Amino acid sequence: MTKATQTTIKNVVLRFAGDSGDGMQLTGERFTSISAVFGNDLATFPDFPAEIRAPAGTLNGVSSFQVQISDHDITTAGDAPDVLIAMNPAGLRANMAILEPGATIIVNNDAFDERSLTKAGYADNPLSDGSLGKYTVYEVPMTTITTEVCKEAGVKPRDAERSKNFFALGLVSWLYSRPIDSTLAWIEARFAKNELVKQANLRAFRAGYDFGETAELFDARYEVAKSNFAPGEYTNITGNTAMAWGLIAAAKQSELPLFLGSYPITPASDILHELSKRKEFGVRTFQAEDEIAGIAAAIGASYGGALGITTTSGPGLDLKSEAMGLAVSLEIPLVIIDVQRAGPSTGIPTKVEQTDLMAALYGRHGESPVPVFAALTPGDCFYVAMEAARVAIEYRTPVIVLSDAYLANGTEPWLIPDVASLPSFGPNFASGPNHELADGTMEFWPYLRDPDTLARPWAPPGMAGLEHRVGGLEKSDGPGNVAYDGLNHERMTQLRSNKVAGIAKSIAPLEVDDPTGDGEVLVLGWGGTYGSIVAGVLRSRARGRKVAHAQLRHLNPFPSNLGEILSKYDKVLVPELNLGQLSRLVRAEYLVDAKVLSKVQGSPFRASEIESGIEAILGGAL
Amino acid sequence: MSTVEVPLTTRKDWASDQEVRWCPGCGDYSILAAMQGLMPDLGIRRESTVFVSGIGCAARFPYYMNTYGVHTIHGRAPAIATGLAMSRPDLNVFVISGDGDALSIGGNHLIHALRRNVNITIMLFNNRIYGLTKGQYSPTSETGKITKSSPVGSIDQPFNPVSLALGAEASFVARTHDMDRAHMQETFRRAFEHQGSSLVEVYQNCNVFNDAAFEGITSKENRGSMLINLNHGQAITFGAEQEFGVFKNADGSVFTDRITDANRAGILVHDENVVDPASAFAISRLTHSDHEPTPMGVFRSVQRGEFGSAATAQIVQAQANKGSGDLGALLRSNGSWTIQ
Repeated sequence: MTKATQTTIKNVVLRFAGDSGDGMQLTGERFTSISAVFGNDLATFPDFPAEIRAPAGTLNGVSSFQVQISDHDITTAGDAPDVLIAMNPAGLRANMAILEPGATIIVNNDAFDERSLTKAGYADNPLSDGSLGKYTVYEVPMTTITTEVCKEAGVKPRDAERSKNFFALGLVSWLYSRPIDSTLAWIEARFAKNELVKQANLRAFRAGYDFGETAELFDARYEVAKSNFAPGEYTNITGNTAMAWGLIAAAKQSELPLFLGSYPITPASDILHELSKRKEFGVRTFQAEDEIAGIAAAIGASYGGALGITTTSGPGLDLKSEAMGLAVSLEIPLVIIDVQRAGPSTGIPTKVEQTDLMAALYGRHGESPVPVFAALTPGDCFYVAMEAARVAIEYRTPVIVLSDAYLANGTEPWLIPDVASLPSFGPNFASGPNHELADGTMEFWPYLRDPDTLARPWAPPGMAGLEHRVGGLEKSDGPGNVAYDGLNHERMTQLRSNKVAGIAKSIAPLEVDDPTGDGEVLVLGWGGTYGSIVAGVLRSRARGRKVAHAQLRHLNPFPSNLGEILSKYDKVLVPELNLGQLSRLVRAEYLVDAKVLSKVQGSPFRASEIESGIEAILGGAL
Repeated sequence: MSTVEVPLTTRKDWASDQEVRWCPGCGDYSILAAMQGLMPDLGIRRESTVFVSGIGCAARFPYYMNTYGVHTIHGRAPAIATGLAMSRPDLNVFVISGDGDALSIGGNHLIHALRRNVNITIMLFNNRIYGLTKGQYSPTSETGKITKSSPVGSIDQPFNPVSLALGAEASFVARTHDMDRAHMQETFRRAFEHQGSSLVEVYQNCNVFNDAAFEGITSKENRGSMLINLNHGQAITFGAEQEFGVFKNADGSVFTDRITDANRAGILVHDENVVDPASAFAISRLTHSDHEPTPMGVFRSVQRGEFGSAATAQIVQAQANKGSGDLGALLRSNGSWTIQ
């Protein structure tokens, strides 16, 4: 038996692909978890259909999970897989377009029967017709071996067949020299309640690992060394989890009870799920009858002195717009989280897009200014949620947070913050009457503003002497009574606008990454494209281009130094997953000839696409 | 028992300093007066009382109460009040709504608030017309109604708000009318004291766009023969001499008939506490037109778990099991590793 050679590589991109029922997400998450604990840097990209179980074996039913593991700092799950693990013909065919020549394909060749080939739309078997000549293909009878090893444990073939994803996980664990103890322990714990399933999965996993060791199929085995992380304690986190935890942290740091009013919607529902589990933090979650009731209940809770939150995705954002306008008029704290997905209408519910920026900024009738922040990475969702809550509370305003389907489900190792170092931002409730009448008596004016922030007093019910009425009708400046006077309306409109514009004083200035200080082009991104743009910019710099990069997390108001930054660069490239929303704002606001690099394919930018965009703008082709 | 005494108040203490801006002669004035007059008797504090409304003429009500108040958006008051009542169980939360606000644009929120049984008191001022938009037919307008938006007659089947509420699992459902302050106050008081969601339909006259809509039932001269007063535990009779009664058919539906010695034993006895809503629903169906005897009073009043308390109980239970949340532990709950 010849031992496979051990080769050390800097990074590798793996993509697990199979039927929606094949457990690809679980397999990918497990591999990710092993690699995270091992110490690799990593980024993941789960990619699955909206249907829970589309017809088995068809292209529509393909569920994929891409992960890049690395010995150095990485920001994306990789452009193209180095290794594709295809559990069936559809899993292979659906991913052929993104495979580069030279990639490795590991297939479960048991699944390549005539029926499955037909379902996937293959006329001939790609394993035998020569069409895979550009790739290194390993055919492994995963179903057969899994069924065999499970037979001894008394598992019926049909049940055993379901464990073939653990065979694949075992094989890949061997190929990339992963420690196996933690996976064995995980299987023991996860399937403790079902002995047969547990045995089947354990045997399948071991069989996969042993197959790599003994089959003499693979001539090389790889190792990806630990990444050089900053010291500290890390956890692997998705954007949705980070968002939920950021909200819990915000409630704790503001000493307000957290109230979430929400209606289930892909891809935001996991925030509702996570918060529903955390009642020991005093979290109240309310699954409302519809999107409108979700935000309405959150407004009611905020009115009562809670930290009111609502979570949604595009279609729900549309439905919430009238209630957001009410919160603008009431001037009470509220956080609206929009996990963007491909639209319009139902669109592609599980796929990423950044197409809600204009809707967030301008999607309400009347002059209705709302601060809009966007998360840059999965882990950043934690901090953006906290900052949104801080601004909502300090300025008595609704704040929209834009996440997206990529951040929501993608993961990255996240440095766990020291809880004691998190900022505090108390509600500073009104404590008594604030206006003196001519006769010396004091009364409460609900719209008498703080001269610095222009925030109005927040006086939840319960305080004697502060009884007052507010509503969506225009109010008089100061006393807050219903007022239809035109000049007062103009003054109030201006005050609301100035208040939101003034938030620029309380947010961080924009940082520019421009190593040479004389970049030929500024790449200006916003939100969840951060990782892709960093990776693309690094590639451009590697070929000698002088490229500066800045990533906006504050879309309204913009950081106060944005204009100054823009003025330093001759060329500005704005990559965004829409047809040009930020680029239009930048052009309108700063009279800069910003060019959009647009993509609306339901997937994140590849680093190579960013690099090509930079080449195009530098070459005058954009 | 609370040891802090609620200060004595009068009706004036509960009236805000704002000029009331309903049309002269509007039924809303008498409802407002009834509510303000009742408040000192409820044993509650002004600062712990909140009126929440949506949009419409009725929705201006909170501005005239010297309590906390919030005038929101069309149809959403029950949802806003749900969030408020859930997170602030110490407050007395009233919802003021109209037939368009509660039953048309806000129908969904109304039925869900009722089924959840969140502790709010919902007043539905039913004038069978859109008033603030100046006279279109509403979801309670009778079929064939001529309005600005139905010049040759509306073709909509109206809702019966009491039937709707009973169908939505409401635990407290009542009806009263703007011509009888004592009856309004007694009904409002009972609705307020009920634990959970309560719905009171208030027949209310819009003297500008739908004048005298309930004249055939609620006017002083018609009341005796046209109002069927529901009293718990009593046989349901009505008429100037109580000469009519309500009887049950074999199929469970009810009908009215003149009482005779032969049928006297069969008069339906009202039981508002019965868990099965079938009988209350059958009684609610007696309201067929403005010229037929119509039941007034409490149709149903049953006890079941209140929503906000159940939500709080889950939090208390979680804290008893796991202790008060530890943020540092939460951030490590998915497993963690340390880089030296």
